[in-house]
Amino acid sequence: MEQSLSHLRLLEAESIHILREVSSEFERPVMLYSVGKDSSVMLRLAQKAFYPAPIPFPLLYVDTGFKFREMIPFRDEAAHVAGAQVLEWPNEAAIAVETNPIALDTKRYCAFLKTKASLEALRHFNFDAAFDGARRDEEKSRATERINSFRDGAGQWDPKNQRPELWNIYNARVHSGESIRAFPLSSWTELDVWHYIHEERIPVVDLYFAKERLMYVRGEVLVPAERDFIALPGERPQRVLSRLRSLGCSPCTGAIRSSAATIPEIVAELVVFRSSERAHRVIEHDQEGSMELKEREGYL
Amino acid sequence: MSTSATDLFSIDEFLLQERRKDLLRISTAGNVDDGKSTLIGRLLYDTQSFSEDQLLAVLGKGTVASRETDFALLTDGLRAEREQGVTIDVAYRSFATARRKFVLADTPGHEQYTRNMATCASTADASILLIDASRGALRQSRCHAYIASLLRVQHVLIAVNKMDLVNYNEAVFRAVEHDFSQWLDRIAEDTGNPVQTRFLPLCALKGENLIHRSRQMPWYSGPSLLEALEQLPSAECGEKGPFRFPVQRVLRPDAAFRGFAGQIASGRVRPGDAVTVLPSGYSACVERIVTFDGDLTEARAPLSVTLVLDRPLDVGRGNLFAAEETGAVATQRLQATLMWMDRRPLECNRRYLLKHASHTVQALVPALEYRVDVDTLAHVPAATLEMNDIGVATLQLLRPIAADVYSANRVTGSFILIDPESNSTAAAGMMRLLHPETAANDESGNAGKVSAEERAVRWGHRGGVLELTGPEIALDLIERDLFCGGLITQRNDRDNAFFRQNPLLLAELTNRQAEAGLLALVVQFDDSEWVKMRIGGVEERCLADKSKDIILALHRLLILGGNLFDGPVADSPYSASCEL
Repeated sequence: MEQSLSHLRLLEAESIHILREVSSEFERPVMLYSVGKDSSVMLRLAQKAFYPAPIPFPLLYVDTGFKFREMIPFRDEAAHVAGAQVLEWPNEAAIAVETNPIALDTKRYCAFLKTKASLEALRHFNFDAAFDGARRDEEKSRATERINSFRDGAGQWDPKNQRPELWNIYNARVHSGESIRAFPLSSWTELDVWHYIHEERIPVVDLYFAKERLMYVRGEVLVPAERDFIALPGERPQRVLSRLRSLGCSPCTGAIRSSAATIPEIVAELVVFRSSERAHRVIEHDQEGSMELKEREGYL
Repeated sequence: MSTSATDLFSIDEFLLQERRKDLLRISTAGNVDDGKSTLIGRLLYDTQSFSEDQLLAVLGKGTVASRETDFALLTDGLRAEREQGVTIDVAYRSFATARRKFVLADTPGHEQYTRNMATCASTADASILLIDASRGALRQSRCHAYIASLLRVQHVLIAVNKMDLVNYNEAVFRAVEHDFSQWLDRIAEDTGNPVQTRFLPLCALKGENLIHRSRQMPWYSGPSLLEALEQLPSAECGEKGPFRFPVQRVLRPDAAFRGFAGQIASGRVRPGDAVTVLPSGYSACVERIVTFDGDLTEARAPLSVTLVLDRPLDVGRGNLFAAEETGAVATQRLQATLMWMDRRPLECNRRYLLKHASHTVQALVPALEYRVDVDTLAHVPAATLEMNDIGVATLQLLRPIAADVYSANRVTGSFILIDPESNSTAAAGMMRLLHPETAANDESGNAGKVSAEERAVRWGHRGGVLELTGPEIALDLIERDLFCGGLITQRNDRDNAFFRQNPLLLAELTNRQAEAGLLALVVQFDDSEWVKMRIGGVEERCLADKSKDIILALHRLLILGGNLFDGPVADSPYSASCEL
């Protein structure tokens, strides 16, 4: 009896099927590319899905104005290597009113910056399908998300009225103005993502690896000292050996103290110290079930 | 967090072990209150699939004894579920053991969400079915067993839960096992798909026989639920059939390369293998199996690859590559089991979109054979299928698809029906009988002049002339209803200047529309309080402000006077009277 196919090969085959299916059935697909590790895996899967042809859709990068500086050169290099076009969507409205996540509470910040900007971008470019690197294991409410998730004309998700999704047959029909979010990494776990990055030698941004970084220490939470950050009176950043587990915009992505400087060390850390990555994103602590609220409003 | 984490175990060894893991997809189902959410929560908790912070958010919030974690709360993600206290939608969760990764689709047990069971079962290699030991198998459990068999879930593990409520009594367990086995035999007889089953006694709440074997039930010598899950055969061994490859996309980066991208549905392929391209029926050999990581010498289901053929053929999305002489056929007429999933019931002869593998075609349901009463497995005559109904129907497709029967192949034997107006997924279908094409390259198998019957199959109805008089708003309502019902209509306004000058022109024109299979509408507006409708010499009249009555009368009229759907074709010519 021959060796059965490994779970990573099976997950890869499923993801490639989704990428090919959605890109073939929709007129104007796009990939939401955030520079994070999930985006990096999704980009590699897109290369694989269409090889030796180029990726048949652009990447959309929504700039909230608060992302880490080093993400931009990484993004441009990754897109260049993959032969993909990057569309940048500056959140001018947010920047214009000098929205500051520390001044507003995080819920309003994310609702304002992310929801508004990404929906505006999708509408501006008239995209009818957007690939999103979110996984079902990230948060409880995402477990009910379909692979092809229908969004109404306002970009909203209705968790009580989802289309049944059978076999690997995706209903790709939408009316004008409606769209879908497609999640090629739905069945992957955080561990699968890191393991795949390791096996496939996929470059990821340096922020994931432990290094001495300037941080504001607020109890258990580390807040990276980046530009535009408004410190509390008397607050000074400290050098902390740390890394990021997920990349949001810099103020609402909490870093963790860690010495994991290689992918195997990150995997080891993950296995031994199980903590859901987004717990360090400040947003989810605002209100239990808040991710579902955001999702209904079109955040995802 | 420090280096100590990495010292605890060998990373290399761990990664090697990770690499060897396979993936099994499982679904769960049971009646409300059979303890399913608790079982899943416990399974995930005990395999350390929850993070510390997820646990923290739930600890102490439960409804069970104060010191115990409420495992059901961990399972039920959505707010709405928490508010109702029942799981409302399909949820997918991952967990892993040292040997295997699992993706678990959690099926709601609530009656009104029966369609979700089918959704979960469609991708599952195995299913966990819960039965409350103190109550025996209730309707939902029996229904789920039927759906699991219908959708060809290979293995069903029957968890007889809440054994603590019956004092871990063997006799109770054996009685449930005996009763339910009889039901499973009857199901297999009906569906023709026997499933491999195993009964396990357990108590999810206390973790008895869930991960570890229970000491409370020394009379039971079988594995725990998790052990049983680990022992099931690998998923892809299930789809051993002959090679099938639905083409998803043609890749043409330059003039020199032409590859066909898709996911292997079953079997395996090597360079040099001969394949038949369906529905055209042409043959070719596979020259290369191309991937980003280099060419392969062999590929098997369910890998996603790109195939290059040895000769230029007209191949596109929706075509199927099949190993030669292995039973896949191009078909336009088939019989299938339908599971209805939409609030709008099945309408015979209405047009739907049928999506099969990577192909979407228009389809009609000319005949519904029967509905299955899931409680008794009786086949009952039915005029329609409503949400959550299961029935067997004949389908007529407007273009051929290349398919297998579902019992031979889960990928090429399944389809969904989409409502072309709302775009909702109306039904899931499993093919039972395929009527092969008569001529390989002729879509219909017919030749020469197009007959009225062929037109009727294409449009879903016969032609006719429907005369309407009344207020404009009421006539618009009628046209809209006909259009939404899928009828092909052509509106002709009697007040049009040309028609007023020459009433014969109107009669001639509408006759031709009717001959072409269209429903010609001859409309005349007035301010009367009545709406008059006439077709084939039969007339109906209703008060113009009773829209419901108008629609009912319209439907009655189309059947009685229009002869639009059934019976022999009228041989008398269509005619629009010059006056109504």
